[in-house]
Amino acid sequence: MYRVRIDNLTKYYGNTLVLDAVNLAVKEHEVVCLIGASGSGKSTLLRCVNKLVPFDHGTIELDGVSIEDEKFKNSNELHKRVGIVFQAFNLFPHMNVLDNITLAPRKVHGVSRRESEKHAHELLQLFGMPEFATSYPEQLSGGQQQRVAIIRTMATNPHVLMLDEITAALDPELIGGVLKIIKDLAEQGMTMIIVTHEMGFAREVADRVCFLEGGRILEEGPPQKLFSTPTHPRTQQFLQRIIEAGRL
Amino acid sequence: MPAPPARRALSARERYLPFVFSALSVVVVFGLIARLVTRAEQWPRIKLQFFNIDAIIAAFPNVFRGFLTNMTVWAIALVAIAIWALVLAIFRSLTGPLFAPLKVFSILYIDLLRGIPSLLLVLLFGFGVPALQIPGLPRTGLFWGGVAMILGYSAYAAEVYRSGMEAVHDGQRAAAKALGLSQWQTLIYAIVPQAVRNVLPALLNLAVALQKDVALLSVIGVRDAVREAQIFTARTFNYSSLIAAAVLFLAATIPMARFTDYVARKDQERRLQRTL
Repeated sequence: MYRVRIDNLTKYYGNTLVLDAVNLAVKEHEVVCLIGASGSGKSTLLRCVNKLVPFDHGTIELDGVSIEDEKFKNSNELHKRVGIVFQAFNLFPHMNVLDNITLAPRKVHGVSRRESEKHAHELLQLFGMPEFATSYPEQLSGGQQQRVAIIRTMATNPHVLMLDEITAALDPELIGGVLKIIKDLAEQGMTMIIVTHEMGFAREVADRVCFLEGGRILEEGPPQKLFSTPTHPRTQQFLQRIIEAGRL
Repeated sequence: MPAPPARRALSARERYLPFVFSALSVVVVFGLIARLVTRAEQWPRIKLQFFNIDAIIAAFPNVFRGFLTNMTVWAIALVAIAIWALVLAIFRSLTGPLFAPLKVFSILYIDLLRGIPSLLLVLLFGFGVPALQIPGLPRTGLFWGGVAMILGYSAYAAEVYRSGMEAVHDGQRAAAKALGLSQWQTLIYAIVPQAVRNVLPALLNLAVALQKDVALLSVIGVRDAVREAQIFTARTFNYSSLIAAAVLFLAATIPMARFTDYVARKDQERRLQRTL
């Protein structure tokens, strides 16, 4: 059984085809990295999985149940299963770190304030930022904000964690701390779908890497194979440019 | 670490001279204008009619009591508008077929109430509703005039709220939705608090406008500052009581306007900080 199974997923923005019959299946504990140029459809793929945008054809299943099934009609059920972290953090600026983290557990999952705050403190401790519970997002660095955003999503105990270019908006020296958290999560067996431009990170953390272009998965495979001996000419070209840019 | 540069010490002369010069030039210019005005042939008549100290003193107690009525109506209306307008703005922002009636109601309400002159609303409610003699409802002009002000101003304030809600970044909605919050929870916990903070200066501006517009209640017989001043004028054929009312309104609106400026400046600083 697959945690996430995407079949024939097709999506248009107006007349532009952004996802062209994509197939992707993710097993439990698997970490899948999506790479490819901007506009290749990586982020849209993630947003289809948790219904942030609608899609036109195909099916998406979570644990064998279509996300369009009656069970997921109340979309909260879906969002309890699948968490996403965004490039721009999107923390709530008017709430402190603790409230950001406990909002969804309290209001969506019905956890008491005491219980959810206890859990939040544990997570902050675990992710190395216990002293920031009462800070507001604007008092934190980008890296710290992104770590809080990851904790906020983890506090809802998702089955699948999706990360949408979570280091793309960070200063280079702040990226390491965020990626470290993701590596820890991968080691703990978190099922993840990761959109990233950090090829070194993808190579290290991924069980499987998919190269997307023009809304299709052109090539996929274990990172060692895909990064060292890509078969598709477009993949070769893309990786060549990444190497020239010094990003691999 | 090098210490920050010390502030250059200014000599007393450097510090005070510009101030003395600006004070002097203000005094000279306004002095000249005052002299011109008071030396005009008609000045004694103007002074007698508008700036008669005895008349102002005589009219003041009643005008002041009326003014307190104005400010009471203002304060109550302010709270009611802040709440009712927010409800309207939330109705208008709802999506989904279930909420369509609320949304349509809100759009119609705002279109209608914003398009009718406040004076007309005050006349309609202040004279019209009491004339219906509906049992159980208050029949005073004060009550219905206040209701008219609340209903009319809420339409404006609702649009201000709406602009603030639309200005909240889309990422906030996406984050709230992705965390599983319902549309309603997203509004209450994520969007509205940010929107209110965004539009506070604009709302305060409306509050300043309302502070003067409560005087419209005088046309339906409410004994507010303007009405009391008119009564005095009708009795004595002297307009100084109107000046007394004007001064009272200024004493309230100018500090309020300064306060609005202050809040707007703070808001500006906060936004600048965020973009850095």
